Amino acid sequence: MEQAASDQQHPIGIYLKIWGLLFVFSTLSYLVDYFQFQGLLRWSLIIVFMLIKAGLIVSVFMHMMWERLSLILAILMPPLCLLVLVGIMQIEADYTFLTRLDFFAQTAGG
Amino acid sequence: MDNGTMTGTMSVTRTEALARDWSSDREAFPVHWGKAMMWIFLVSDTFIFTVFLVGYMTVRISATEPWPSASEVFALHIGGHELPLLLIAIMTFVLISSSGTMAMAVNYGYQRNRRMTAALMLATALLGASFVGMQAFEWTKLITEEGVRPWGNPMGAAQFGATFFMITGFHGMHVSAGVIYLLVVAIKVLKGHYEAKGNYEVVEIAGLYWHFVDLVWVFIFAFFYLW
Repeated sequence: MEQAASDQQHPIGIYLKIWGLLFVFSTLSYLVDYFQFQGLLRWSLIIVFMLIKAGLIVSVFMHMMWERLSLILAILMPPLCLLVLVGIMQIEADYTFLTRLDFFAQTAGG
Repeated sequence: MDNGTMTGTMSVTRTEALARDWSSDREAFPVHWGKAMMWIFLVSDTFIFTVFLVGYMTVRISATEPWPSASEVFALHIGGHELPLLLIAIMTFVLISSSGTMAMAVNYGYQRNRRMTAALMLATALLGASFVGMQAFEWTKLITEEGVRPWGNPMGAAQFGATFFMITGFHGMHVSAGVIYLLVVAIKVLKGHYEAKGNYEVVEIAGLYWHFVDLVWVFIFAFFYLW
């Protein structure tokens, strides 16, 4: 855990393993589309495979799991506020959608 | 007074180390300055890409016309079979492989193996360039055969084209810039530019950028192509 700054030397095998895992999870997420899973199953599988792949890339390929906690938090915490943006815009988009439906219903009726 | 040094002893826990890093008037991130700056740039780039994806989410939710099915729009006809998203899947594997070769290039850099480092970086750049090539093919097919435009398309919601060209275009631009970046660093490695100091962190920093481009693709693949 306590490493010198430039000490990012790791056995090359770990990269090959992660490479393989990324292939596996990419194939799995492709199969989600190939077999045309729909609804909640589709969305949850897509999100799970996406997060696993992102986690593997960031932690191993980008060496984050070997970085110091101060750097990890400085990088990972700010993007969390983007989740708030996602939430706000989802509410806003739902509202826009309903407003449009209402408007088109009126123009069609009138 | 050296309770600030992070080479510390085994009695220091991770949380204590965090407090020490952030306290007192000194540098917070004990890493190469270039690496810290690259990470800060990548965090800001994360915000840009997320804003694009959130914009895409917003127009897709609020569109009253049906959203075109990416599975059908991006299907390829090969030998009478319609294979959904085939080209996109190949592009995904190519980009992941380029990330793999890049990670190994960083590793060989730290082993001071100039030849292998440069060779793997050139392989990464080549895979990246082929990714951009396939993207150009995809755009051409979409524009000329499917008739997709930023302001409309025959399949459904008009916003499909605008978000598609914006998001994948911005990502493709990142890949193209990355290819140039990698070529520059690879040539410098070959010339022995980093040999004097024995400092190959430049390769790792270039790698951070490249892996980030791959990372963004993971999200685009999930939200734009699969959703």
